[in-house]
Parts: sequence; C-alpha cells; structure tokens
Amino acid sequence: MFKKLTKTKMNGWDWAFVICNTIFLILFCAVTLYPVLNTLAYSFTDGSEAILKNIHLVPRKFTTAAYKKVFNMSGFRQGLIVTVSRTVLASFLSLGANALLAYIISRKNFIFKRSLSLFWVITMYASGGLIPSVLLMTKLGLTGTFWVYIFPGLVSAFNILVLRTYMSSLPDSYEESAQLDGAGHMTIFVRIISPLCKPVYATVFLFVAVWHWNSWFDAMIYNRLKSQNTTLQYELQKLLSSLTQLNPSADSSGKVTDMTTEIQVRAAATIATMLPIICLYPFLQRYFVTGLTIGGVKE
Amino acid sequence: MSLIENDAPALKSKTTKADIKRQSILLIIAGLYVIYGIVFYYLPLLGWIMAFQNYKPRDGLFGSEFVGLKWFKFLFEDKTFLRVLRNTLAMGVINLVATTITAIGFAILLSEVRNVLGKKIVQTISYLPHFLSWIVVTSIVRDAFATKGMINELLLNLHIIKTPISYFMETKYFWPIVAISNVWKETGWNAIIYLATITAIDPSLYEAAAMDGAGRWQKIKNITLPGIRSTIIILLIMNIGNVINAGFEIQYLLGLGVLLPVSQTIDIYVLNYGMSNFSLGTAAGIFKTFVSMILIFTFNYIAKKTGDERLF
Repeated sequence: MFKKLTKTKMNGWDWAFVICNTIFLILFCAVTLYPVLNTLAYSFTDGSEAILKNIHLVPRKFTTAAYKKVFNMSGFRQGLIVTVSRTVLASFLSLGANALLAYIISRKNFIFKRSLSLFWVITMYASGGLIPSVLLMTKLGLTGTFWVYIFPGLVSAFNILVLRTYMSSLPDSYEESAQLDGAGHMTIFVRIISPLCKPVYATVFLFVAVWHWNSWFDAMIYNRLKSQNTTLQYELQKLLSSLTQLNPSADSSGKVTDMTTEIQVRAAATIATMLPIICLYPFLQRYFVTGLTIGGVKE
Repeated sequence: MSLIENDAPALKSKTTKADIKRQSILLIIAGLYVIYGIVFYYLPLLGWIMAFQNYKPRDGLFGSEFVGLKWFKFLFEDKTFLRVLRNTLAMGVINLVATTITAIGFAILLSEVRNVLGKKIVQTISYLPHFLSWIVVTSIVRDAFATKGMINELLLNLHIIKTPISYFMETKYFWPIVAISNVWKETGWNAIIYLATITAIDPSLYEAAAMDGAGRWQKIKNITLPGIRSTIIILLIMNIGNVINAGFEIQYLLGLGVLLPVSQTIDIYVLNYGMSNFSLGTAAGIFKTFVSMILIFTFNYIAKKTGDERLF
C-alpha cells in the first residue's frame, strides 16, 4: 500500500502539505521537549551563572552541586524509599490480582461470569467520594501507615476490563487442550494464558507503576502527619512550595545568590523524580500501544 | 464496545456439572474478590448516609441525627459552591474539547507521515509528558508562564506584546493555562487510540479515492474522519462524565492567591470544607457522582438516537 502511494505523483499541494506537516511535527516535538531540557540545563548550571543570562538548552559552568544538595535532603531520600517500595510492591500485586480476576471473568463457561462483571463495572461509576473513603481508611486502621498506598485500588475495574478483553480474544483451544492434559485452572492461568498476555500485562504494569510513582494526594491525605511515610512527589511538592514561599518574588533579581541556588535545586529535584519513569517508558512503548488499543476501545 | 460481555445462549448452556466442579477453585477466589470489592468499593457507598445526617463521629453512621436534604439545600444556596460548580464545568468542557480536538488533529497529521522512523520518534516524544506527575507539570508551567519565563520571552521577541504579562495575577488567563497544560500533557497519549483506528482503515478506500482524483484534504474529510467517527463518539461518551471531575491537581497546585475565585473545583471544595464537615463533603461527592451518571446516560442516549454508536 505504501509503495503504491509513494509511486503516485505528488503535485505542488502535496509537497506543500508534506513540508508544512513536517515543520509542524518538529515544532510539536520542540514544544514538548523544550521545558524538560530547559529544566535539565538549569539543574546542571552553576548558581552564579543562571542569573546572569537565561539558560536555554546547554548548561553553563557545569556542576552537579544541586543534585548533591537534593539527595542530601533527608525528606527527599526518605520519600524516594517509600515511593520505590510502593511502586514495586503495588505494581506486582495489582498486576497479579487484576490478571487472576480477569482470567476468571473471561472464562467462557464460568457460572457467575455476568454478575461478577457487573459487580466490578458498577464500581467504575458509583464511587463513595473522598470523605467516605477517608473514614473507611481510618476505620480499617490504614490511615498513617504505608499500607494505605497498597490496599485501596489493588483491584480496579478499568484494569480488569483491559485484561479481560485481551484474554477473551485468545483462542479457546489453548485452554481446552490444556484441560485434556489434566491441567487445572490455576495451572492454565499461570503456564498457558499469562505467557500469552505479555503485551497487556506490560500495559497494566506500566499504568499502575506510573500512577504510584506520581501519586502524592494519598500521602497528603493519609500520611501528612507521618513524615516517614510520605512519598517522593509529596516531598517534591513541599520543596517547590517552600522555595516559592521563601522567595515570593522569584522573578525580580533581588536576592541573587539565594534565588539561583533555588532554581537549581528545584530543577534538580524535578529531574530526579521524573528520570526513572522517562527511562522506562520508551522500552514498554511497543507493549502499551498494542495493549491499550486491543484492550481499550476496539472490541 | 460493551462493558459486560454477552455470550451466545448456546455457549452458556454448555456449562456442565463437571465444569462447575472444575471451577470450584475459581469460585473460591472470586468470592475473595467480592469480599475485597464490598469492603473497598461498596462500603464507602454506605457512607452516603452521612449526607442525609448531621454526622457526628461520636454518634456513628447509624446514630447520627437525620436531616433529610439539608446539606444538598445548603450546597445550592452556598455562593462558594455555585462558583466552584461553574469553575468545574467550565474547565471540564474546555479541557474535553481542547484535548479531543488536538488529539484527533495530531493523530491525522502523524498518520500522513510516510517516514517510519520519523513517525516513531515523534510518537515516542509525544508520550513523554503523560508520564510526568502534575507536580512536575505545574512546576514547568509556572516557570514557562513566569514574568521572565519562556512564553513572555517568546512573545516579546516576536513583538506581539510590549511588556511581559503576569499570567498568574489575572483571573482571565487561568482557564486557558489549565487547558494548555492538559493539551501539552495528554495530546500524544490520547492520540494513540485515534492513530490505531486510522491505521485500521481499509487502504483500498484511499487508493480508490486517489484514482478519482481526490486530494489530501478530501481524503481526510471523506475517509479518515468518517473512519474514526465511532471512536470519537465512544471516547466522548466515556469522557463526558469526567467533565464534573475537571481536575483537582493542577487547580490545587497552581490556582493560588488572586486566582482562587476561578480555580477552585468541587474536589477542592470537598477537601476544604468536607474534612471538617463530613456530611457536607459527602453531599458534594454524591452530587458529583449523580451529575456524572446523568451526563453519561444522556450522551449515550443521544448517540443511540442519532447514530448506531453507544457505550451500553
């Protein structure tokens, strides 16, 4: 198809379109990348330089001082440990829990197939809201603990739907032939179905991991008073807002020395929190694109 | 798309006693999930009772005084809540329209690119902001729109403005800034589904159109757009309920000081007043769920009447 299309002659308008489109997409990438690269450049620039002239893409007077400062803050280090723990633990637990339930719901002859699906679909639309949830967490004794990040949201209807749709699209013959060999449901789930679900597993894993890595609201609501349980993003937010409050007129060049280090520290902390996810997603891209389109809307 | 799978009746009747015996392990596990679901998803619904009470933690959920619709009446007489409702709906609609249009536009333009490597690179870059937290994004937005930030710098250099604008000092800029931030963050990600739908369109349609002398614009208008029509409608129905969830994070993090009258959403209202008055907070939460349900069902109904696409 593509060969045929390129063979057809391009007229003047087509060339104009291709050129404009290319320019537009390059601009799109520039707008997307520039703020991130700009922050990166600031994070490596020496304090005295940053104020003299605007830094754009290249750091001036290269230094890693800001990163050293960020990683020496106890709050930031502690937040990093909590966030890494919750992200790793919750991603694996959620994936396992959602996948097993999706396997059950996607069995063609499971007797409660429809009612069980309905039970979970309802949870997508009817939610108790913030206040009843806060009350429930207190009643369950989860407020002020690390586990408040793990248990709520462990099973989520949206992820079940994505996984179920993918599993339903697999041919029944896999299950049937394994059954003939005497395999039980758990064996079929672990040994036969799960290896076939790699793309959709990667998708759900990424969804859950990103959500946990970036979350701060639950830390603010449930662990505000337990500083050993706050998350990385919450610590970043505290850092950013305390710096703005310290120096509300961060734009006027009043306190030159203070301000430059502040800009640097902010930039370094921002880059440090986004780095792991940015390094991870390009490698999972292939998976989440197929997982999302097959499991999401196309049915 | 249907949320609950429908099996042909023939398949259902195949469930034999032997099947059920083999399923016993699945039944036990499913039971555990139901217990989890009841505790974490259905018990909070029981908390809705609080909205009809003068809830006092000491008296508990079943001992507190019953006050009927008092808190709902209070909400609709509260000027703050009405303003917050306006902000929520306005930002919700603006964000939905802006992010949908940009995602479709981006997907169409990207689908016109023939260079496979170039396409891949642009796509990978376009996903990046989706993975950043709102904390990081608001920090970037705050810097970009600062008095000495890149937006002012650019506009000054292009001689569009003469003096830098203080974007966070005037209320009229806040909703556009929220929309721009959402567009920046989600365009590439939202385009994934549209792009997949466009790729699935039968290529012979384009070839036939080319034979008839159709130009690029005509092909987009007559083949690509009708081809993704059903996806657009389904995604709109799915997202329309979220208009009432216009967002919490960006408004909470960015809309401070003079911006409070235009930045506060229902979620922020619940956080500010609901944590000290559970009944009021729960009433606002119920109102939100109610509106979102009405929106979804109404749009689903309209879509059913006007075409064949629908969610349920």
